[in-house]
Amino acid sequence: MIRFLLRRVALIVPTFVGVTLLSFLLIHMVPGDPIEVRFGERGITPARLAELRHSAGLDLPLWQQFLGYERQVVTGHLGDSVVTHQTVWSEFLTLFPATIELSVCAIVFAIVIGLPLGIVAAVRRGTAFDYGLMGVSVTGASMPIFWWGLMMILVFSIWLGWTPVSGRISEQFYVEPWSGFMLIDAWFSDDPGAVRSALSHLILPTIVLGTIPLATIARMTRSAMLEVLGEDYIRTARAKGLNGFRVVVVHALRNALIPVVTVIGLQVGTLLGGAILTETIFSWPGIGHWLIESIQRRDYPVLQGGTLLVASLVMLVNLGVDLTYGFLDPRIRR
Amino acid sequence: MKNWIVAVACAAVVSGLLGAAGAAQAKTLVYCSEGSPENFNPMINTTGTSFDANKPVYNQLLQFKLGTTELEPALAEKWDVEEDGKVFTFHLRKNAHWQSNKMFKPTRAFNADDVIFSFERQWKDSNPYHKISGGGYDYFGDMSMPDLLDKIEKIDDYTVKFTLKTASTPFLADLAMDFSVIQSAEYADALTRLGKPELIDQDPIGTGPFELVAYQKDTTIRYKRFDGFWGPKPKLDVLVFSITKDPAVRLAKLRANECQVAPYPSPADLPSIKDDPKLQMQSQPGLNIGYLALNTQKKPFDDVRVRRAINMAIDKKAILEAVYQGAGQPAKNLIPPTMWSYDEAVEDFKYDPAAAKALLAEAGLPDGFETDLWAMPVQRPYNPDAKRIAELMQSDLAKIGVKARIVSYEWGEYRKRAQQGEHQMALLGWTGDNGDPDNFFVPLAGCAAARPGGGNIAKWCDKEFDALVNKAATLPGQGERAKLYQQAQTIMHTQAPFYLIAHSIVYVPMTKAVVGYKMSPLGDHRFDQVDLR
Repeated sequence: MIRFLLRRVALIVPTFVGVTLLSFLLIHMVPGDPIEVRFGERGITPARLAELRHSAGLDLPLWQQFLGYERQVVTGHLGDSVVTHQTVWSEFLTLFPATIELSVCAIVFAIVIGLPLGIVAAVRRGTAFDYGLMGVSVTGASMPIFWWGLMMILVFSIWLGWTPVSGRISEQFYVEPWSGFMLIDAWFSDDPGAVRSALSHLILPTIVLGTIPLATIARMTRSAMLEVLGEDYIRTARAKGLNGFRVVVVHALRNALIPVVTVIGLQVGTLLGGAILTETIFSWPGIGHWLIESIQRRDYPVLQGGTLLVASLVMLVNLGVDLTYGFLDPRIRR
Repeated sequence: MKNWIVAVACAAVVSGLLGAAGAAQAKTLVYCSEGSPENFNPMINTTGTSFDANKPVYNQLLQFKLGTTELEPALAEKWDVEEDGKVFTFHLRKNAHWQSNKMFKPTRAFNADDVIFSFERQWKDSNPYHKISGGGYDYFGDMSMPDLLDKIEKIDDYTVKFTLKTASTPFLADLAMDFSVIQSAEYADALTRLGKPELIDQDPIGTGPFELVAYQKDTTIRYKRFDGFWGPKPKLDVLVFSITKDPAVRLAKLRANECQVAPYPSPADLPSIKDDPKLQMQSQPGLNIGYLALNTQKKPFDDVRVRRAINMAIDKKAILEAVYQGAGQPAKNLIPPTMWSYDEAVEDFKYDPAAAKALLAEAGLPDGFETDLWAMPVQRPYNPDAKRIAELMQSDLAKIGVKARIVSYEWGEYRKRAQQGEHQMALLGWTGDNGDPDNFFVPLAGCAAARPGGGNIAKWCDKEFDALVNKAATLPGQGERAKLYQQAQTIMHTQAPFYLIAHSIVYVPMTKAVVGYKMSPLGDHRFDQVDLR
């Protein structure tokens, strides 16, 4: 087990170097650099441009810049934003909880709604409900997030006035950002109004971000359930006289959940990609917003550092999953 | 476990446990700003978004009178200019107090030490704060301060003397610009002792009408009224910038009264905003110009007849209707009509393709010629859709035999190449900084800016024009200066180095509850005298 563990951890190192190299090369391939982007219509003298580029180390050959960056990363320093002059770490830690909060709510929403819908569709296979649900889920999975978000705002916030348009909490509440998770911070603010406001601000972004995973989960649950419901042991269970609910929920669902859980795991990527758009529409201050802006501003340290942190997180999750598999199934350890 | 807590919370939402939020006690105005500030020091900022976020906190020695480009006293109560136009003595206000925060409680009011500190920070390498937060003082450099300043002296605690190397009347307007804010020297010393000098640009201490309470990146900036403010007491208790980047969402928030002022609407939304009974909208021509620069150092645009022909061949009215959609007014001079010294007498070129073709023939190009036509890849305040404008121009030019090939680059690359003069024709524009005509003529059409890398992308250097605008900058009286600028405008019209397109109109939608808001011709947003009904 220890050898397996060491092997898996050792594999992280080349992946890590690959991610830093890729993020470094990609942003450097985009024309323009942080200095040039800063000067607008006014222009800049070649001498001043050279001076600023030199002071930022941008005049060094690319490989030297990369080695310098790697050296920095190894010591845990991701650099300072060239725009705000704050450390990349502190900006990431300020914004990441917002992305996590929204993503967790969205996946929970997708599971809580998607799973039962998939089960019912499987049980009532071939009925109008099944066809209707599958039609809706295809539409849901192919819905452009940007359009869907604006439509939700138009209907629920503007026409009906039920939900706030955007943001994380109403501007009339000031909640000290203790954990970065608005729900938790609002809870500890001892103001019930703040908690209600934070909850109401989560509704639309949760639905919009959760729609695609919901549709995917519902469809996967349906097909997995259909497969399991046709198995012999289910027939046996029914023949034994067990009631329908027990057969479906206890006997069939447990086995059908294995592929569904895998799909839920895969939704993490979809959520992070979708969060970038959802955050933009709902002015949700997460890392999606931050990374997009860093591209526009050619904020190299933020983009490289941010990409690295997100990639590291995914690597860690994958490592955790791999180790769990290895723990559960000894054959994988070999 | 956490998932379960959040799940329960989300379920509570879905099951409709929600109610209306509690009532606000303080008079609060929410401004849906379009982005996050870079930081809280305009000396090192370059965007209007950042300047707006700093306006409530800081003051300059002079300021622009609300809604105008006229100068009025701010931290300097009055000033004297010596006859040679090189020495400016400022008499400082004695009742301007500094704000405080968790790290700093001021022991004294604003004085000359703060003025010296704020300018030396930007000017001198030897200042201990010069390198803090990157040390790039772009505007200070752009306004030629290092070349202009000779010395700054403290005469006494409330008198400061600036001596310039050459006479410059626009210098006073420069001192009202955002980069000329005054920071507290005492706060800087306190932060140095704490070992956290960088916080001077993140936790700002100013003398302005509001003090910063909290900034949450990409979310909100919260200010409260500063009771020690030297000027008229602000009518709002709390001012909140709710950072909302998407214009459609800003408008939705405005309609839902989640914010009361929301700038930069999409042109497509203007009619519906005008029709909305709950909203009001202010508008005025922006201090800007959108143009097509004709590279006078490249053939065939080195011939004035060709440049004039281009000016006659393009239908300006069609561009304004199709692209600006009512949010622009046709330009005939480089400066907008709201700016003093604007020359009404200049008569714009008439759209006349036949005359343009004849002029081309006279210039030895009866069959026209081939050229490039650069279009920016981005929307700018002075040009909402450069590619569309380029297409309209291309089709107009084809009618006189000019085959224009539309070229575009990534925005940073575009500016760099255009400023190097690689193009034949290029679309670009300008937004003014301080309301002084010098701020248009010199950077856009002066000889110094015609060098490779300079902002004069027509690369036009007319000695007579240059002498006039440079002389105007040294004269003290506005009347005398205006005469010279008007002569300069006549020369520019005759020489036609640009095809001048439009000055865009800027709109600020707000709810009907907002009173006392005045649009600034400089495009900034101020709330010190705004109230809510």
